[in-house]
Amino acid sequence: MVKPPLADIWAWLDEVPDPEIPVISVVDLGIVRGLDWDDGTLEVAVTPTYSGCPATSVIAMDIETALRDRGIPDVRIKTQIAPAWTTDWLSEKGRARLEEYGIAPPRAAGGPERCPRCASRNVSKVSQFGSTPCKAHWRCDDCLEPFDYFKCI
Amino acid sequence: IALANVALDLIGQTQMWLGLAADVEGQGRSADDLAMLRDVWDFRNVLLVEQPNGDFGQTLMRQFLFDRWHVAMLGALSGSSEPRVAEIAAKAVKEVRYHAERSADLVERLGDGTGESHRRMQAALDRLWPYVGELFADDAVDEAMAEAQVAPLPSSLRDDVMAEVEAVLARATLTIPEGAFAQGGGKTGARHTEHLGHMLTNMQWLQRAYPGATW
Repeated sequence: MVKPPLADIWAWLDEVPDPEIPVISVVDLGIVRGLDWDDGTLEVAVTPTYSGCPATSVIAMDIETALRDRGIPDVRIKTQIAPAWTTDWLSEKGRARLEEYGIAPPRAAGGPERCPRCASRNVSKVSQFGSTPCKAHWRCDDCLEPFDYFKCI
Repeated sequence: IALANVALDLIGQTQMWLGLAADVEGQGRSADDLAMLRDVWDFRNVLLVEQPNGDFGQTLMRQFLFDRWHVAMLGALSGSSEPRVAEIAAKAVKEVRYHAERSADLVERLGDGTGESHRRMQAALDRLWPYVGELFADDAVDEAMAEAQVAPLPSSLRDDVMAEVEAVLARATLTIPEGAFAQGGGKTGARHTEHLGHMLTNMQWLQRAYPGATW
């Protein structure tokens, strides 16, 4: 087997969607931490977002499937927990896509900058937790729509 | 939703801790084996975490008392001499800080809320307070771990955690019960409360009824 360049593999992984938020890829999410060849086996280091996030095992399976489809039969997923995942690793492209999708991207200030629908800055927190471990529940006080905020950790 | 999310984080963290314990033990057992195939007397946990949910006030108060200790313990474990312990702790503490923020906020709002919410929060504190002391009790295992710089002495966390707990409870207009009596026995497995057995029955029945079942 001819080993494809790692840059190509990164590009392929950038087409693997996050199972919960399909507008961003697993690369956008910053959870693919490294690629390495160990003889004929491609080792993919993946870090979990939240310790108990049920999407983690689905993500590992999706990565393996995508790489097999590209002709890499031997893939090993290595779970790497250090350094711990942080929302700082979210790509700029990923942040923009989240907002287009209706999820306010994380901010160090601890809350969304604006409503992802009408861009109003008049927003308030409904609940610190939301529909998935990575999100909190907010509301726009102008357009009155509820929206998800990607928690900053 | 918050309770489910907190539970999910804690289950994920427990998988990592039990996975490490199984590795260290080296008997070929997995995290699942340790969770699903041990009986009450083999569990080593503080009694606080096996107390029943009760009403929302009791669930929340238990979470608050645990979260404050948990943040401090994980913070100290992040500097463990054992890298695998330090890695899990550094990952978990980020999630747990978030839990602690919410539970303190709600304890304050419900304690200093209506007459009814105050009464329930005070009842929860009265009921759970005797289980707090065990969080900070040192035993021979703790001393050996501290000696090897794997984990802090639980007693070394007491002052900071208590100062935070007291500050939140004061803002919540709640009164800490008098008396220093503390329940104990969970950490050695010598004396669990009856609640753990009921919980394990629920949790383990599938593996007990269909040994080795997977899906």
